[in-house]
Amino acid sequence: MKWAVVVFPGSNCDEDAVLAVTQVTGDSVDKVWYTQRDLSGYDAVILPGGFSYGDYLRSGAIARFSPVLAGVQEMATAGKLVLGICNGFQVLTEAGLLPGALLRNDHLQFRCEMTPLEVMSNASPFLADYKIGEVIQVPIAHGEGRYYADEQTLDQLVASNRVGVRYLRNPNGSLRNIAGVLNEAGNVFGLMPHPERAVADWMGSSDGRRVFLSMKRFVESQPVTRKGDEKVASLGDRTQTVEVGQSHGN
Amino acid sequence: MSNYVAKVQVQLKASVFDPQGHAVEQALHSLGHGGVRRVRMGKSMEVHLEAADEQSATAQVRQMCETVLCNPVMETFSFTLEIEKNGDEVDPVGQLAEIAQGRQNRT
Repeated sequence: MKWAVVVFPGSNCDEDAVLAVTQVTGDSVDKVWYTQRDLSGYDAVILPGGFSYGDYLRSGAIARFSPVLAGVQEMATAGKLVLGICNGFQVLTEAGLLPGALLRNDHLQFRCEMTPLEVMSNASPFLADYKIGEVIQVPIAHGEGRYYADEQTLDQLVASNRVGVRYLRNPNGSLRNIAGVLNEAGNVFGLMPHPERAVADWMGSSDGRRVFLSMKRFVESQPVTRKGDEKVASLGDRTQTVEVGQSHGN
Repeated sequence: MSNYVAKVQVQLKASVFDPQGHAVEQALHSLGHGGVRRVRMGKSMEVHLEAADEQSATAQVRQMCETVLCNPVMETFSFTLEIEKNGDEVDPVGQLAEIAQGRQNRT
């Protein structure tokens, strides 16, 4: 599986994301500079935390216009996996790939601490390895993480199981305690907590590992061969790779 | 072509809690300004631009607000337009104030 981690000017969790993916999945990861337009060679892309463009204007507001976002948009449309962590989540909401917006914490403080989260939905490729209702420990580190959307959108998100994780102890004033949301298709996920900083016991928690393992399992169980792959699986090979309950094609 | 200055004001929607405004409001109360009912913080920007005429300048600034300067999920914008002569010297061009309500039109 091929992973990309986008680096914007001002990203600072890109290396954490790269290390988490390589150590948890054993896959190789490319760091992709924000000027790269084409991401067609990747199965999954991570938009990491940080302060892209210094958070000028609004967090994520300028990064969304960088060339790499066109590639991210194409991956989202093609059903590839897009994961936005912290500032990456802010960029995805600014780009309109995820609903809502992230505002200044209601108490105006920057919060950097381990936070208990409840898994609300495991239907997506990002949270498939978790149980619904499971409580996981994942750190947060942000000053602008207050999730906001209008009431109608919030109702829709809850009703369609698109709230992936919520805070058990709301650290920022997020509406409905929302910590992370999915797009309609379920292949774009953004969250303020940092699963890449919870992948080993010495970090205080290894509960974030399964985000990357879930993504890997999803991608590697896809029967579809990538364009450009030299070896095209024969029909016989394909039936062996398809597990019960999985659908062919898209 | 003429030079214009657009003075853009971006505010959080009334339905969105503004913690900065709230903190300033509390400070004003503690200084004895008991009559202060509400404070809302916002952003003001000056956009200096060259355009063929007022209509063109207005349309351009409106587009800038809708795409970049304001996030319609949580903010609203308004702006006024003035003609810029030399440096800081400006002439207001009538009543060109524009107001657009933010809409959640992106998913």
